[in-house]
Amino acid sequence: MSFNLDKVFAPHLRALQVGNQRMEVLAANMANADTPGYLARDIDFKAAMQAEAGSGMRLATTSAGHIGLGSLDGSPAEVLYRTALQPSLDGNTVDADRESAAIAEASVHYEATLMFLNSKIRGLRTAITGE
Amino acid sequence: MALFNVFDIAGSSMSAQSVRLNTTASNLANANNVAGSAAEAYKGLYPVFQAEMTQLGINPSSVGVSVTEIVQSQAPSDRIHQPDHPKADADGYVYLPNVTATTEMVDMLAAARAYQNSVEVLNTSKQLMLRTLSVGR
Repeated sequence: MSFNLDKVFAPHLRALQVGNQRMEVLAANMANADTPGYLARDIDFKAAMQAEAGSGMRLATTSAGHIGLGSLDGSPAEVLYRTALQPSLDGNTVDADRESAAIAEASVHYEATLMFLNSKIRGLRTAITGE
Repeated sequence: MALFNVFDIAGSSMSAQSVRLNTTASNLANANNVAGSAAEAYKGLYPVFQAEMTQLGINPSSVGVSVTEIVQSQAPSDRIHQPDHPKADADGYVYLPNVTATTEMVDMLAAARAYQNSVEVLNTSKQLMLRTLSVGR
Protein backbone atom coordinates (compact mmCIF):
# COMPACT_ATOMS: atom_id res chain seq x y z
CA MET A 1 0.00 0.00 0.00
CA SER A 2 1.76 3.18 -1.15
CA PHE A 3 -1.05 5.57 -0.29
CA ASN A 4 -0.15 8.14 2.35
CA LEU A 5 -2.70 10.74 3.48
CA ASP A 6 0.05 13.06 4.70
CA LYS A 7 1.69 13.07 1.31
CA VAL A 8 -1.64 13.85 -0.37
CA PHE A 9 -2.33 16.89 1.78
CA ALA A 10 1.15 18.10 2.76
CA PRO A 11 1.85 20.46 -0.18
CA HIS A 12 -1.55 22.11 0.21
CA LEU A 13 -1.13 22.54 3.95
CA ARG A 14 2.26 24.16 3.40
CA ALA A 15 0.71 26.42 0.74
CA LEU A 16 -1.99 27.45 3.24
CA GLN A 17 0.62 28.15 5.91
CA VAL A 18 2.76 30.26 3.61
CA GLY A 19 -0.36 31.98 2.23
CA ASN A 20 -1.53 32.83 5.74
CA GLN A 21 1.90 34.15 6.67
CA ARG A 22 2.02 36.22 3.50
CA MET A 23 -1.38 37.77 4.31
CA GLU A 24 0.02 38.67 7.72
CA VAL A 25 3.09 40.36 6.23
CA LEU A 26 0.98 42.25 3.67
CA ALA A 27 -1.47 43.33 6.39
CA ALA A 28 1.50 44.65 8.39
CA ASN A 29 2.68 46.59 5.33
CA MET A 30 -0.77 48.10 4.91
CA ALA A 31 -1.02 48.93 8.62
CA ASN A 32 2.34 50.72 8.51
CA ALA A 33 1.63 52.59 5.26
CA ASP A 34 2.08 55.91 7.13
CA THR A 35 4.79 54.87 9.61
CA PRO A 36 8.05 56.79 9.11
CA GLY A 37 11.03 54.53 8.37
CA TYR A 38 8.97 51.36 7.92
CA LEU A 39 10.31 49.01 5.23
CA ALA A 40 7.77 47.00 3.23
CA ARG A 41 8.30 43.23 3.29
CA ASP A 42 7.01 40.27 1.35
CA ILE A 43 7.39 36.52 0.95
CA ASP A 44 8.52 34.89 -2.28
CA PHE A 45 5.77 32.27 -2.48
CA LYS A 46 7.50 30.24 -5.19
CA ALA A 47 10.82 30.14 -3.31
CA ALA A 48 9.05 29.13 -0.10
CA MET A 49 7.29 26.24 -1.82
CA GLN A 50 10.46 25.15 -3.62
CA ALA A 51 12.37 25.14 -0.36
CA GLU A 52 9.65 22.88 1.05
CA ALA A 53 9.77 20.56 -1.96
CA GLY A 54 13.52 20.18 -1.50
CA SER A 55 14.38 21.32 -4.99
CA GLY A 56 15.79 24.60 -3.74
CA MET A 57 19.24 25.09 -2.26
CA ARG A 58 19.60 24.77 1.49
CA LEU A 59 22.33 25.87 3.83
CA ALA A 60 23.59 23.32 6.32
CA THR A 61 22.71 24.30 9.89
CA THR A 62 25.12 22.46 12.15
CA SER A 63 24.64 24.70 15.16
CA ALA A 64 21.55 26.15 16.83
CA GLY A 65 22.81 29.66 16.05
CA HIS A 66 22.99 29.09 12.29
CA ILE A 67 20.35 30.62 10.09
CA GLY A 68 19.07 28.20 7.47
CA LEU A 69 17.95 29.21 4.02
CA GLY A 70 14.44 28.02 3.27
CA SER A 71 12.15 26.35 5.74
CA LEU A 72 11.49 23.01 7.34
CA ASP A 73 8.54 21.50 9.18
CA GLY A 74 6.05 24.36 9.08
CA SER A 75 8.56 26.96 10.22
CA PRO A 76 7.89 30.48 8.90
CA ALA A 77 8.93 31.19 5.32
CA GLU A 78 11.74 33.64 4.66
CA VAL A 79 10.53 37.23 4.67
CA LEU A 80 12.39 39.59 2.35
CA TYR A 81 12.44 43.36 1.97
CA ARG A 82 10.70 44.92 -0.99
CA THR A 83 12.51 47.16 -3.47
CA ALA A 84 10.83 50.53 -3.27
CA LEU A 85 9.47 52.04 -6.47
CA GLN A 86 8.91 55.47 -4.97
CA PRO A 87 10.51 55.69 -1.51
CA SER A 88 9.23 58.65 0.44
CA LEU A 89 11.35 61.17 2.30
CA ASP A 90 10.49 59.71 5.70
CA GLY A 91 12.06 56.38 4.69
CA ASN A 92 8.77 54.50 4.28
CA THR A 93 8.77 52.08 1.31
CA VAL A 94 5.10 50.98 1.40
CA ASP A 95 3.10 51.56 -1.78
CA ALA A 96 -0.58 51.14 -0.82
CA ASP A 97 -1.69 50.32 -4.38
CA ARG A 98 0.98 47.69 -4.77
CA GLU A 99 0.05 46.22 -1.39
CA SER A 100 -3.64 45.97 -2.23
CA ALA A 101 -2.76 44.27 -5.54
CA ALA A 102 -0.51 41.82 -3.65
CA ILE A 103 -3.30 41.14 -1.13
CA ALA A 104 -5.75 40.42 -3.96
CA GLU A 105 -3.20 38.05 -5.52
CA ALA A 106 -2.46 36.32 -2.21
CA SER A 107 -6.15 35.82 -1.45
CA VAL A 108 -6.80 34.30 -4.90
CA HIS A 109 -3.83 31.94 -4.35
CA TYR A 110 -5.18 31.00 -0.94
CA GLU A 111 -8.67 30.31 -2.31
CA ALA A 112 -7.22 28.25 -5.15
CA THR A 113 -5.35 26.11 -2.61
CA LEU A 114 -8.55 25.64 -0.63
CA MET A 115 -10.29 24.58 -3.84
CA PHE A 116 -7.60 21.98 -4.60
CA LEU A 117 -7.81 20.71 -1.03
CA ASN A 118 -11.59 20.49 -1.17
CA SER A 119 -11.60 18.63 -4.46
CA LYS A 120 -9.03 16.13 -3.15
CA ILE A 121 -11.11 15.53 -0.04
CA ARG A 122 -14.22 15.13 -2.19
CA GLY A 123 -12.40 12.64 -4.43
CA LEU A 124 -11.23 10.59 -1.46
CA ARG A 125 -14.70 10.65 0.06
CA THR A 126 -16.20 9.45 -3.22
CA ALA A 127 -13.66 6.64 -3.31
CA ILE A 128 -14.45 5.62 0.28
CA THR A 129 -18.24 5.77 0.12
CA GLY A 130 -18.51 4.65 -3.50
CA GLU A 131 -21.48 6.88 -4.13
CA MET B 1 1.72 30.34 13.87
CA ALA B 2 -1.02 32.56 15.14
CA LEU B 3 -3.94 32.30 12.77
CA PHE B 4 -5.55 35.56 13.79
CA ASN B 5 -2.53 37.86 13.70
CA VAL B 6 -3.90 39.53 10.57
CA PHE B 7 -6.89 40.77 12.55
CA ASP B 8 -4.69 42.23 15.28
CA ILE B 9 -2.54 44.01 12.71
CA ALA B 10 -5.47 45.42 10.75
CA GLY B 11 -7.14 46.38 14.05
CA SER B 12 -4.05 48.25 15.24
CA SER B 13 -3.99 50.17 11.97
CA MET B 14 -7.68 51.07 12.29
CA SER B 15 -7.26 52.37 15.82
CA ALA B 16 -4.12 54.35 14.88
CA GLN B 17 -5.88 55.91 11.91
CA SER B 18 -8.88 56.80 14.06
CA VAL B 19 -6.58 58.60 16.49
CA ARG B 20 -5.27 60.51 13.47
CA LEU B 21 -8.85 61.33 12.41
CA ASN B 22 -9.58 62.54 15.95
CA THR B 23 -6.61 64.91 15.93
CA THR B 24 -7.66 66.16 12.50
CA ALA B 25 -11.19 66.80 13.81
CA SER B 26 -9.72 68.68 16.78
CA ASN B 27 -7.50 70.77 14.50
CA LEU B 28 -10.39 71.60 12.17
CA ALA B 29 -12.74 72.43 15.04
CA ASN B 30 -10.21 74.87 16.49
CA ALA B 31 -9.04 76.30 13.16
CA ASN B 32 -10.85 79.60 13.77
CA ASN B 33 -10.09 80.14 17.44
CA VAL B 34 -8.20 83.31 18.23
CA ALA B 35 -6.11 84.05 21.28
CA GLY B 36 -4.54 87.07 22.95
CA SER B 37 -0.95 85.83 22.68
CA ALA B 38 1.14 83.50 20.52
CA ALA B 39 1.60 81.09 23.45
CA GLU B 40 -2.14 80.85 24.12
CA ALA B 41 -3.06 80.26 20.46
CA TYR B 42 -4.21 76.75 19.56
CA LYS B 43 -1.40 74.52 18.25
CA GLY B 44 -2.10 71.78 15.73
CA LEU B 45 -2.03 68.21 17.12
CA TYR B 46 -0.39 65.42 15.16
CA PRO B 47 0.03 61.72 16.04
CA VAL B 48 3.41 59.96 15.73
CA PHE B 49 3.13 56.49 14.21
CA GLN B 50 5.53 53.69 15.02
CA ALA B 51 5.67 50.02 14.10
CA GLU B 52 4.80 47.99 17.20
CA MET B 53 8.08 46.94 18.75
CA THR B 54 6.51 44.83 21.46
CA GLN B 55 5.80 42.11 18.93
CA LEU B 56 9.34 42.20 17.59
CA GLY B 57 10.53 39.28 19.66
CA ILE B 58 7.64 37.07 18.62
CA ASN B 59 7.33 37.64 14.90
CA PRO B 60 9.46 40.45 13.52
CA SER B 61 8.22 39.94 9.95
CA SER B 62 4.75 41.34 10.59
CA VAL B 63 4.05 44.07 13.10
CA GLY B 64 1.08 46.34 13.68
CA VAL B 65 1.22 50.09 14.14
CA SER B 66 0.78 52.16 17.26
CA VAL B 67 0.56 55.84 18.13
CA THR B 68 3.48 56.55 20.45
CA GLU B 69 2.66 60.17 21.16
CA ILE B 70 0.67 63.14 19.98
CA VAL B 71 2.84 66.17 19.32
CA GLN B 72 1.92 69.85 19.10
CA SER B 73 2.99 71.61 15.94
CA GLN B 74 5.77 74.11 16.57
CA ALA B 75 4.97 76.18 13.47
CA PRO B 76 4.67 79.92 14.24
CA SER B 77 1.17 81.35 14.73
CA ASP B 78 -0.09 84.06 12.41
CA ARG B 79 -1.46 87.25 13.92
CA ILE B 80 -3.94 89.72 12.54
CA HIS B 81 -4.59 93.31 13.52
CA GLN B 82 -8.02 93.60 15.14
CA PRO B 83 -7.90 96.30 17.83
CA ASP B 84 -11.64 96.08 18.56
CA HIS B 85 -11.49 92.35 19.28
CA PRO B 86 -12.06 91.58 23.00
CA LYS B 87 -8.96 89.33 23.05
CA ALA B 88 -6.63 91.72 21.26
CA ASP B 89 -3.29 92.39 22.97
CA ALA B 90 -1.84 95.83 23.77
CA ASP B 91 -0.81 96.36 20.14
CA GLY B 92 -4.25 95.31 18.83
CA TYR B 93 -3.24 91.91 17.51
CA VAL B 94 -5.07 88.58 17.87
CA TYR B 95 -3.26 85.30 17.25
CA LEU B 96 -4.57 82.55 14.96
CA PRO B 97 -3.99 78.79 15.36
CA ASN B 98 -1.07 77.37 13.34
CA VAL B 99 -3.31 74.91 11.45
CA THR B 100 -4.32 75.19 7.80
CA ALA B 101 -7.82 73.92 7.07
CA THR B 102 -6.81 72.69 3.59
CA THR B 103 -3.89 70.65 4.91
CA GLU B 104 -6.14 69.16 7.57
CA MET B 105 -8.74 68.18 4.96
CA VAL B 106 -6.08 66.43 2.87
CA ASP B 107 -4.78 64.66 5.99
CA MET B 108 -8.32 63.59 6.79
CA LEU B 109 -8.72 62.06 3.32
CA ALA B 110 -5.41 60.20 3.65
CA ALA B 111 -6.42 58.84 7.07
CA ALA B 112 -9.82 57.77 5.75
CA ARG B 113 -8.23 55.96 2.80
CA ALA B 114 -5.75 54.18 5.06
CA TYR B 115 -8.63 53.14 7.33
CA GLN B 116 -10.57 51.82 4.32
CA ASN B 117 -7.54 49.81 3.19
CA SER B 118 -7.31 48.17 6.61
CA VAL B 119 -11.01 47.32 6.58
CA GLU B 120 -10.50 45.78 3.15
CA VAL B 121 -7.59 43.66 4.44
CA LEU B 122 -9.72 42.61 7.41
CA ASN B 123 -12.66 41.59 5.21
CA THR B 124 -10.46 39.62 2.81
CA SER B 125 -8.78 37.77 5.68
CA LYS B 126 -12.11 37.06 7.34
CA GLN B 127 -13.47 35.59 4.12
CA LEU B 128 -10.39 33.38 3.72
CA MET B 129 -10.60 32.18 7.33
CA LEU B 130 -14.28 31.30 6.93
CA ARG B 131 -13.49 29.37 3.75
CA THR B 132 -10.69 27.56 5.57
CA LEU B 133 -13.06 26.58 8.36
CA SER B 134 -15.42 24.97 5.87
CA VAL B 135 -12.77 22.83 4.12
CA GLY B 136 -14.02 19.32 3.49
CA ARG B 137 -17.70 20.07 4.07
